[in-house]
Amino acid sequence: MSLPTENWLRRKNRRNQIKELVIQGVLIASSFVAILTTIGIVASLVFEAFRFFDKIPLMEFLFSLEWSPQTAIRADQVGASGKFGVIPLLTGTLLISFIAMLVATPLGLLSAIYLAEFAKAKTRDAVKPLLELLAGIPTVVYGFFAALVVAPIIRATGSGVGFDISSESALAAGLVMGVMLIPFISSLSDDVINAVPQALRDASFGMGATHEETVTKVVVPAATPGIIGSLLLAISRAIGETMIVVMAAGLAANLTLNPFEAVTTMTVQIVTLLTGDQEFDSAKTLAAFAIALFLLVLTLGLNIIALHIVNKYKKKYA
Amino acid sequence: MPNYILNTSRQMAKRHGREKRFKWYGRIAIFISIAFLIFMFSAIVFRGASAFQQTKISLDINFSEAIIDPTSSRDPEILKRANYKPVVLESLSNVIPGITDRRDRNRVYKLLSAGAVFDLGEQVASNPKLLGKSKSVWLLASSEVDLFMKGKIDSNISEDLRRLKDKDIEWIEILKSQGKIKKTFNTTLFGKGDSREPEMAGILGAAIGSFFSLLVCFLIAFPLGILTAVYLEEFAKKNFLTDFIEVNINNLAAVPSIVFGLLGLSIFLNFFNLPRSTPLVGGIVLALMTLPTIIIASRSILRSIPQSIRDAALGLGASKTQTTFHHVVPLAMPGMLTGTILGMARALGETAPLLMIGMVAFIVDIPKGVTDVATSLPVQIFLWADSPEKGFVERTSAAIIVLLVFLILMNLCAVYLRKRLERRW
Repeated sequence: MSLPTENWLRRKNRRNQIKELVIQGVLIASSFVAILTTIGIVASLVFEAFRFFDKIPLMEFLFSLEWSPQTAIRADQVGASGKFGVIPLLTGTLLISFIAMLVATPLGLLSAIYLAEFAKAKTRDAVKPLLELLAGIPTVVYGFFAALVVAPIIRATGSGVGFDISSESALAAGLVMGVMLIPFISSLSDDVINAVPQALRDASFGMGATHEETVTKVVVPAATPGIIGSLLLAISRAIGETMIVVMAAGLAANLTLNPFEAVTTMTVQIVTLLTGDQEFDSAKTLAAFAIALFLLVLTLGLNIIALHIVNKYKKKYA
Repeated sequence: MPNYILNTSRQMAKRHGREKRFKWYGRIAIFISIAFLIFMFSAIVFRGASAFQQTKISLDINFSEAIIDPTSSRDPEILKRANYKPVVLESLSNVIPGITDRRDRNRVYKLLSAGAVFDLGEQVASNPKLLGKSKSVWLLASSEVDLFMKGKIDSNISEDLRRLKDKDIEWIEILKSQGKIKKTFNTTLFGKGDSREPEMAGILGAAIGSFFSLLVCFLIAFPLGILTAVYLEEFAKKNFLTDFIEVNINNLAAVPSIVFGLLGLSIFLNFFNLPRSTPLVGGIVLALMTLPTIIIASRSILRSIPQSIRDAALGLGASKTQTTFHHVVPLAMPGMLTGTILGMARALGETAPLLMIGMVAFIVDIPKGVTDVATSLPVQIFLWADSPEKGFVERTSAAIIVLLVFLILMNLCAVYLRKRLERRW
């Protein structure tokens, strides 16, 4: 025979157990949102991209050298189907990213090395937030600045030396994007450099090396994998960046490596293809999803490699 | 015997020189980065500062009943839509002499904004007693006049290249000499929605759209982010599923923002048929985008809460959930809020995904709820930056200044929270 209190305790205990289970269920459910989002992204892109590849063969998309997505009004029009080769978009994207990295790599790395190794604590505390401010500025502001201020300056400089530069040149977009990337590179590299064990520096100093020699010959080589990881992350950001290129780069898909000409990028084309009014089934709109899938694979690939390198490096000195 | 000491010291001088130069490279790199930041800010402030003022023209309007309300209906709708052009023209020709032919009348009328007559209509509709009386009213000037008053139109360049002709400038000078034209604080910019006319365009609609989007974003991302972080840090066992969730979160943080826009377009708009161009969908997309940021920040905060807190609670007989929600989460809350505010600040500046879900439309009305069509501050900046009218340049810059002020406020708020409430263990 059980006492009434015992029963009460047992019931209360069970109620509590159920409550715990419910709360844990809610917790698990909310963490599944991340998985659902990923599935949603991949599924929607793959599904629409497949519908696109029904109309345009995959090989043509990947290897054709021409991009002119206008669809015909009449069926018998010349070039009715449009040309959907992703190569000009890819070269445009890579050209702008390359220019951006040319700006961001030296500036970001040198700032990171100076701040991590040479700067006084006071300077560090003052400068770091300023650099991070660059990362906090919305990209639409950079785009406005690139289109309104930087592009005209470049154009004027060009015509000053008798050189014709497009007002939507890859250079303007690339330069401004480079500045946007500085904080990504500097703060990640800063972490990486700080993670290099002090013992390595002490050994180098002990051998009579100057601080500069220690940094360039010991610290930086030891931190190289991590630095490469941070550069890859910056590249992946440059490739996926939208607003700067939408506002400052062109729409014409020129297959060129000349930084003074107008080029277009994958993100620009996604925006232009999808912001107009049009029916959802045309090859033109579906093409945006195919490009986005391509973009996603590219950026995620870069990101996974970068994280892998960084993690491996972190383990080495942990 | 060679002088080794001298040799080494020369070598040392070289090595130290190299060190000095290397340090300078670092300083120059930092200098260039910060100089760019200052250059960008000052270029925008320089262009945008003038937009906080607008030009108005004072006219003694004779609200003649015969012209405005010939039937004496006193119906507010009729009063609003009545033809105020003759009244305005009459008063203008009283001030500016020598306006006789039709072409001149049309030109002088264009000194005023197209919205000036609507303004008059509103005034009369709200106060019908004005009819039959005469009153001096300040009316909005056109964008060209506004730019001229702010010194942004060079009257020395050839007349053919200007939209504001010499005659217009003559008239403005007449108004100026009588003190009937002045610059005042720009209430339109902060009190109105978008417009095709630069002088009538404001950012209130976009700001409210941004507010609603962020509200939806916060309501979704904050609870989800914190619960996920709590699950992963406090409850999850190390297994395949947990690893998979973690990989997912890390990858989502790296997905370009425009891809989230495509997700919104194909899933929320085309599949779930949620209303297009609304803060509701915008907020959901922004929430999914900021979720990884919030989760990652919250997890690092949870990790910094000492194990002894948990042990103490468990030791006193608290259950796992009680320990977590009565002790660990409250201690971590300031930090988690900080992370959330920083995530929301990023969401506020985000443009690309909103373009994809149609928040890029031209919307005059000010949204009243999350399901009204709306745009957002950064999208408004993008739209104005694209407009050919010169008057929009200063307004775009002013909108950027407002956006940056909001961002700075949010960041300061985060810093304050961190300083005041966060505990160091």
